[in-house]
Amino acid sequence: MTAAPDAGRRIDLYRSMLRIRRFEERCVELYSASKIRGFLHLYIGEEAVAVGVLNRLRPDDSVVATYREHGHALARGVPMDAVMAEMFGRAEGVCRGRGGSMHLFHAPSRLYGGNAIVGGGLPLAVGLALADAMQDRDGVTACFFGEGAIAEGEFHESMNLAALWRLPVLFVCENNLYAMGTALDRSESETNLSVKAASYEVPAWSVDGMDVEAVSEAAHRAVELVRDGTGPVFLEARTYRFRAHSMYDPDRYRDKAEIEHWKERDPLLVLGDRLRDQGLLTDDVQAGMERDIGAEVDAAVAYAEAGTDEPVESLTEFVTTQRGAR
Amino acid sequence: MTTATQTVRMTYREAVREAIRDAMRRDERVFLMGEDVGRYGGGFGVSLGLLEEFGERRIRDAPLSESAFVGAGIGAALGGMRPIVEIMTVNFSLLALDQIVNTAAALRHMSGGQFNVPLVIRMTTGAGRQLAAQHSHSLESWYAHVPGLRVVEPATVADARGMLWTALEDPDPVVIFEHGSLYGVDDEIAADAGPVDLDRAAVRRAGDDVTLITYGGSLPVVLAATDQLAADGVAAEVIDLRTLRPLDTATVLASVARTHRAVVVDEGWRSGSLAAEVSARLMEEAFYDLDAPVQRVCSAEVPIPYARHLELAALPSTARVVAAVREVLDGG
Repeated sequence: MTAAPDAGRRIDLYRSMLRIRRFEERCVELYSASKIRGFLHLYIGEEAVAVGVLNRLRPDDSVVATYREHGHALARGVPMDAVMAEMFGRAEGVCRGRGGSMHLFHAPSRLYGGNAIVGGGLPLAVGLALADAMQDRDGVTACFFGEGAIAEGEFHESMNLAALWRLPVLFVCENNLYAMGTALDRSESETNLSVKAASYEVPAWSVDGMDVEAVSEAAHRAVELVRDGTGPVFLEARTYRFRAHSMYDPDRYRDKAEIEHWKERDPLLVLGDRLRDQGLLTDDVQAGMERDIGAEVDAAVAYAEAGTDEPVESLTEFVTTQRGAR
Repeated sequence: MTTATQTVRMTYREAVREAIRDAMRRDERVFLMGEDVGRYGGGFGVSLGLLEEFGERRIRDAPLSESAFVGAGIGAALGGMRPIVEIMTVNFSLLALDQIVNTAAALRHMSGGQFNVPLVIRMTTGAGRQLAAQHSHSLESWYAHVPGLRVVEPATVADARGMLWTALEDPDPVVIFEHGSLYGVDDEIAADAGPVDLDRAAVRRAGDDVTLITYGGSLPVVLAATDQLAADGVAAEVIDLRTLRPLDTATVLASVARTHRAVVVDEGWRSGSLAAEVSARLMEEAFYDLDAPVQRVCSAEVPIPYARHLELAALPSTARVVAAVREVLDGG
């Protein structure tokens, strides 16, 4: 088998993950420098999930994500400079500084947040899918959430409703094993999450969330099922966050050895090693990628630095369409 | 025979039903979703017959999952539909508060104006039917507290007929409260009744002696009090707020500038009530117009009890409104 036909696509998967990694590493520096404030939840270690799933969606599909969504925004095609400007709270930010890190929305990409209520995005995704179904469109709504959301009623209500009405939702559970500091086996009586989803008569399976190609293949199959009218599908991606829950988190609840163990399965290493073995990722290619991404991140930071603050007079804009707050 | 507008007599319940039917016929994007809105005909009989006319695709019986079907309404609105979501009672709406407050109300602002949520949520509110503490509360002020929502409450049959139209034209989420005790009230309304202006409170009675400010299920109570007062030569002006957020303060201020006295009648609990908001605005903006302190007639601070006499004792009554008016008249 020749690797050539999909070599470009596989390199793109790698580049897309590397781009998210480098963006967030810079965010950490900017947070330490107080350029970015508030909560900052890093996706480092989990990049294969967003990249693997989103490369299987079409532009007319919809995406709902959580507060750990920088990777989803970038992989979905939201311009990096507008994302960075949002983190800086600038008028040039994708949400004009109203949302910040946790609430990235982007109409042209059909990215509907950025929801910081655990489980809160699932009903919304069901509704987006309902709108597609009622208007006879064949769009798919991809809904990302952590395994912590499975303890929320909104997970169960939404799975049931989507299954009952056979709505085109791809539920993607990013199982990084910890809901903030609470390990999965300390919050769920049944830790095999696909079993829970399957109880709603939803096709459900798990995939290695550190292997972007495995995620991409699983997503391809899942998206086809959803688009063909099967109804919702539940995909569990088993992954791990290498950093703490947020920048405030001292990370006292995890063994360092466990973190190191998972880092051996860094999604950049898993695919990178495979591509290097196959001669597709040479040192030159890697260096070129790093250079380009570094330049893009530099440019995004410069854009955010040079950005302007929204005038305080605009404080109550966007509360309602026709009226300010009264 | 003149060309005067033809009228038709209908109940408040029928008016809401006609409003839904009318909206469904006018706009393909409109659909109704909620618990028992289809086969059962609505918990309070509002949607009876609509399933037969419009089918299951547009009259959607939802499982008992308030959060999911309200959130689904938000998502469907974002996706180009014009959902009407019915929640059986305001008490049940608490199970969907996350979606209403954290998503529907916040989404437009949070996204920097990229998305708006043209969603209408209807729910029953209020006491008076011996349904006790989990089906009788008036939590309008909670919703009226939240920026991003428009909150309305039709107190008349004409408004029940017209407010839905206006609400569906609003690009932002609108919460419509329907007081359970009003469903059976009937009245003559214009046969061709159209949308109503939701930006303005309505003056239901004109008078120069005192301004009575109320909304929703308390309007009949206030009007009955007004009749009693009129018999004693007191001309009360009655303002029906209609829209609880944003409040039409101007109409209230204009009235109080003439009457110099005000009583606010609100079925919500007194502490943190809508009546508190109205009276605070009067203090801020009409202080020097007032000849007496503003009085409030609210529900007693108790979960609404079952027993008839206890329930009645908890609620604003005609006698309490009359007494409050006497108080402000004497206070001058």
